[in-house]
Amino acid sequence: MPVTFTLNGKATTVDAPPEMPLLWVLRDMLNLTGAKYGCGAGECGACTVHLRGRAVRSCKTPLKNVAGAAVVTIEGLSPDGSHPLQKAWETLDVPECGYCQAGQIMAAAALLTAKPNPTDAEIDTAMNGNLCRCGTYIRIRQGIHQAVRSGSGTKTAEAK
Amino acid sequence: MSPSLTLNRRSFLRATAIAGGGFMLASYFEPLELLAQGGRGNAAPLEPNAFVTIDANGIATIIAKNPEIGQGVKVMLPMLIAEELDIEWKDVRVQQGDLNPARYGPQSAGGSTATPTNWEPMRRIGSAARQMLITAAAQSWNVPAAEITTTPGRLVHAASNKSAGYGEFAAAAARLTPPDPATLTLKDPKTYRLIGKPMPGVDNHKIVTGQPLFGSDIKVPGMLHAVYQRSPVIGGKAISANLDAIKAMPGVKHAFIVPESNGGGSMSGVAIVADSWWYAETARKQLQVKWEDGATANDSSAAFSKRAAELSIEGAQTTPRKDGDPDSALASAAKVIEAAYEYPFLAHAPMEPPNATAVFKDGKLEIWAGTQQPGGVVSTMASALGITPANITLHMPRMGGSFGRRLYNDYVVETAVIAKTVGAPVQLRWSREDEMRQEVFRPAGYHFLKGGVDAKGSLVAWRNHFVSFSQATPPPATPNPQPGQNPQQPQGPRPSPSSTLSPTEFPARFVPNFATLNSMMPLGVTTGAHRAPGSCAIAFVMQSFVDELANAAGKDPVQFRLDLLANTPIALPQGQGGGFNAERMTGVLKLVAEKSAWGKRTLPKGTAMGVAFHFSHQGYFAEVAEVAVDPTKRIKVNKVWVAGDIGMQVVNPINAESQVQSAVIDGLSQMMLEITIDGGKVAQANYDTYPVMRMRQAPAEIEIHFLTSDNNPTGLGEPALPPIIPAVANALFAATGVRVRSLPLSKHGFSWR
Repeated sequence: MPVTFTLNGKATTVDAPPEMPLLWVLRDMLNLTGAKYGCGAGECGACTVHLRGRAVRSCKTPLKNVAGAAVVTIEGLSPDGSHPLQKAWETLDVPECGYCQAGQIMAAAALLTAKPNPTDAEIDTAMNGNLCRCGTYIRIRQGIHQAVRSGSGTKTAEAK
Repeated sequence: MSPSLTLNRRSFLRATAIAGGGFMLASYFEPLELLAQGGRGNAAPLEPNAFVTIDANGIATIIAKNPEIGQGVKVMLPMLIAEELDIEWKDVRVQQGDLNPARYGPQSAGGSTATPTNWEPMRRIGSAARQMLITAAAQSWNVPAAEITTTPGRLVHAASNKSAGYGEFAAAAARLTPPDPATLTLKDPKTYRLIGKPMPGVDNHKIVTGQPLFGSDIKVPGMLHAVYQRSPVIGGKAISANLDAIKAMPGVKHAFIVPESNGGGSMSGVAIVADSWWYAETARKQLQVKWEDGATANDSSAAFSKRAAELSIEGAQTTPRKDGDPDSALASAAKVIEAAYEYPFLAHAPMEPPNATAVFKDGKLEIWAGTQQPGGVVSTMASALGITPANITLHMPRMGGSFGRRLYNDYVVETAVIAKTVGAPVQLRWSREDEMRQEVFRPAGYHFLKGGVDAKGSLVAWRNHFVSFSQATPPPATPNPQPGQNPQQPQGPRPSPSSTLSPTEFPARFVPNFATLNSMMPLGVTTGAHRAPGSCAIAFVMQSFVDELANAAGKDPVQFRLDLLANTPIALPQGQGGGFNAERMTGVLKLVAEKSAWGKRTLPKGTAMGVAFHFSHQGYFAEVAEVAVDPTKRIKVNKVWVAGDIGMQVVNPINAESQVQSAVIDGLSQMMLEITIDGGKVAQANYDTYPVMRMRQAPAEIEIHFLTSDNNPTGLGEPALPPIIPAVANALFAATGVRVRSLPLSKHGFSWR
């Protein structure tokens, strides 16, 4: 049965089983490969996207749960990679292999929407579900602080 | 010396014009068989290596030849070329090379070798391109080439006040004969503009905007998605399966049994191919397979541990090293410590599980495979598919981590075989559970140690009976033996990969009475390289036991180590050069002690510092960890200090810092992890049971210092990892009095705070 939702600001209809996880709808049906498969169990956060403005694990989110809702992926976080987190990630050279970083940025963006100036402890709590096997944690923390310092523009697509 | 790309008489450069008025500088590698025949003769021209292409606008495209796994080689190698080419980094475009050793020389990722093997030849390629532009300008301006200098991207003749961008002379340079690279004068390092400056990753923008980049992001028209179920008892063979029921499931296009590939490379299993990976994975849940167990069915972590203890009493099978008289020296030592150390099997668990994407058409294979060993897999695939290596094209997408896993190409061969079988483009993606259970494991190991110090507190005796593994299964027969070639490799116990201890491993050579003994137990499961292979396990044992002996001697752990390093080492065997340099290690140990204010800080109860050092991959690293332990045995690593000596030049400092942070956090992560095997099956399956370190568990600060020395630059992906494990174990002892002699720490009731 077709399911309609808003994806990165555009109305999108997908004809797929209602139980199909959003991750595979995005990757295999809609050709959006920014959200990554890491564990399939909600343990690593590499598949993190925003659903109704909150960070969710798309590998554990059935398609039926997004009907009528707004979904934002890393591809829609900003029109041109200009979100303060994206800019901070580039200049601080946060990524190593880079595979988990789309999920890290999406989790961090949801955090900044909820808490525009988080403490280290709040960052650690919000980001604890996102694994980085390369161990870029110190720079992820710096990246979030730098994005805060760079001021406005932390609005994500769903907040506009 | 390891095989390296050396631009000597075995290789030469050639320039080629490109459309639009640019030029491409290529190097050619003489195949060894041609050299053996006395040169190129009438052989067909070799393909050019377009390391550097300069277009008419002066934009340089530089090939990154090695696979990128997060180690930063895609930035580092082009930096070396661009430095000597003398061009602004903004005018450089980096392009990932495909597999083509005839063009590019060796292409692999492993052993922290990219820096030492490419440091010289990559700079010479850049220098040759610059020299040709200078020559072209000199001819045009009719001035001596020696009078022409460059500023980044520009040719300058000061006397006549002429200058031009590189692009203006690119076409003319293409018509010149390139210089002999060996004759070029390289820059004075004091004048470097790129080397030694922080250069962020060239793929960062794609990464942060979610553009397709990794192997599992590859899309090919008409592509299907596959899962591959192997035997839960590792190495077992699929006999039969409910394939008809699987084929009837939603989205499933194909389901079939795949035998072990001809000549090895991949294992038997069941392939399910569907429209979406989720359909294939969902169908797999209904899969019922009859398996025939193999040699691994007897493997059990608990039994290995028990058997190792028995072997330690029965006596060693071999004695790889013996100096002096360890038994007498132990008998007469003032204090003797006896300890049994153990570490577990580990999985690599890279964030991106193994995957590849293949198209097999008209007897040709095109494959996109994230692999650390692209060269090695081509002949294996050719053998498995019944085609020649020349009919295989291999692209090397970025990898989502690897840590050694993708040195082994089983999943690549599987992809090729599945694509050929279904006759359509296929992307095979292992699930996380596949990855963790079908690993190439870091082998467990067992060390039974005795050490003695004399009345003055000097280490006088050391005896280590190392119980390791041998391979239970015979090596695969050579698929197509040549006449006179034995189809079977020699028999007899063969050590499992990465399950060995070098007879020169420190403190060997620095203790007068010293013995390394070895016994092996047959092991069915596959083992192999894990970031800092061998060292990632050995350092924990060596540097923890050194700490125990320092304590027995009543000496400060740093001073005890400095005293040990001050001993005159026993000479290496004749003809064996290199090896451990005590002066370099002393340098980094003193530096880390100074930077961490070792012995000078007052710490609260339950908080303490530990120190360790290790030499691997030509790098010298000493590390100090400050660790706090609460009454419920929860651990917080407050801060880590790292001092490293990787030679005269850190090529890319921003990435160097990343690699060291990564190595430290990876090592810490390992301290709480284990893979346990029972009946040939792996107990762990995902990150819940294999809890890789998370952000709030990681140290808030890692302070890094490099000690420059008069040695060629060496690699950094691995050598900073090994010391952190014993440094933390030693800090735990200092903080709690508990000496951790086996990992993971969770065995002893510790957890991360």
